[in-house]
Amino acid sequence: MNAPTYNFAYLDEQTKRMIRRAILKAIAIPGYQVPFASREMPMPYGWGTGGVQVTAAILGPKDVLKVIDQGSDDTTNAISIRKFFAKTAGVETTTSTDAATVIQTRHRIPEAPLRAGQVLVYQVPIPEPLRFLEPRETETRRMHALAEYGLMHVKLYEDIARFGHIATSYAYPVKVNARYVMDPSPTPKFDNPKMDNCPALQLFGAGREKRIYAIPPYTSVVSLDFEDHPFTRYKFDAPCALCGAEDSYLDEIVTDNKGSRMFVCSDTDYCEGRQAAGHRGTESVAPHKEAAHG
Amino acid sequence: MAPMTIELQPGFADKVLSAQSTFRTVMEAMARPGQVMVVGDEVGGPSSMMPGVAAIALTLLDQETPLWLDEAFLRAPDVGAWLKFHTGAPIVGRSDAASFALIAEPATLPDLASFALGTPEYPDRSTTLILQVPSLTAGQTFHLRGPGIDGMTALTASLAPADLFARLSINEALFPRGLDVILVDGRSLVAIPRTTRLASSGV
Ligand SMILES: [Zn+2]
Repeated sequence: MNAPTYNFAYLDEQTKRMIRRAILKAIAIPGYQVPFASREMPMPYGWGTGGVQVTAAILGPKDVLKVIDQGSDDTTNAISIRKFFAKTAGVETTTSTDAATVIQTRHRIPEAPLRAGQVLVYQVPIPEPLRFLEPRETETRRMHALAEYGLMHVKLYEDIARFGHIATSYAYPVKVNARYVMDPSPTPKFDNPKMDNCPALQLFGAGREKRIYAIPPYTSVVSLDFEDHPFTRYKFDAPCALCGAEDSYLDEIVTDNKGSRMFVCSDTDYCEGRQAAGHRGTESVAPHKEAAHG
Repeated sequence: MAPMTIELQPGFADKVLSAQSTFRTVMEAMARPGQVMVVGDEVGGPSSMMPGVAAIALTLLDQETPLWLDEAFLRAPDVGAWLKFHTGAPIVGRSDAASFALIAEPATLPDLASFALGTPEYPDRSTTLILQVPSLTAGQTFHLRGPGIDGMTALTASLAPADLFARLSINEALFPRGLDVILVDGRSLVAIPRTTRLASSGV
């Protein structure tokens, strides 16, 4: 018999306390990046160690955990993280957005509306929205301190000058509670409106960059834009080929070795739920489970 | 070394799981200002310390969190020793050096500006105040708004100091610097983060 040699949810208690204190400050200062002493996790940084540490610090035995990667519950990354917490914390896991109390995500927000009491944990690679404008941390800290966000608007406006519209379609910057400009992680800008006035708590963890930030429930989140070029969500030309949804974010997938393609929901739980409820698209018989993402 | 003359109360029965569930209660409270949350786990503590305060201390304090105590807690014979034994938090004399402040008698709360308010670059480097208040169920009704609140919420409480919300108006002028407060009555707690504002009455 081998007793587990790790603590509940893997992290030691002192690390959890440090992360928990950072989470409370992050909630109290919406959109502000709280530094924390990120720990090594038994997985590479690209696998969302920041999100994993946040999840490990909040998770308890009564939680039901869902993990999604680009909307899918079935990628290697999502399955590994789910198994990691099933093993180290003994939590129940699910693919259902509705049944989950904690949802860890990489690059998507579920299509089904979130509710009060749920926590959405984002894996964040680059938390600083000003980093590509200013490499020095002391400078970006100063810019946030003074709410000096003019350069960010200049960058977006350069898009308009060059392309006739704002070309940024992922990690589209938002302003939280009318104060901090925040990177929503590389989610498609399609998801940005879901962050606004959301009943669930949203927590963001960046492992390599050692930052935690948060959006409390019912908090204003506005995508940066201009009066003459307002933010647009992005509209797909056709509904999901499997469930016929016209309101969800679609991925293009290859359906055979001749290069045939179709567009289907990126959120697999949402798509399967709609199909189970009888909704049909033009290609509903196609083997959805074999959809290759990214 | 002199023998211990005070028998210390225990802390949590299960350190790991009780800290987790208490943290979730505090996190929910901070995410939903003005809403009363209840600490469910069994917790021991000094007689002058409410169970909610003891649970928060056991959950969030350690060697890395300088701690400030008000006169009443400092005078209580077992509080300092209990906190030292269970959390290891260093007790400091300067309130502006404290990560947390535990206040047994908030009627005598010092000037809020004497606590750490954070810096413009690091507003998180501020003191979290934990206040034992007379009641979180009966008393005056306060209407609150801000992040975490769906429109407006009503908190009925008997607060000490009575002008707490007036004094917390410094948060509006200082933001993003400021103070986050947790009010405790027995096992019940309510968080008032620095973003919470008093809505004009009669709305
Ligand atoms: Zn679909």
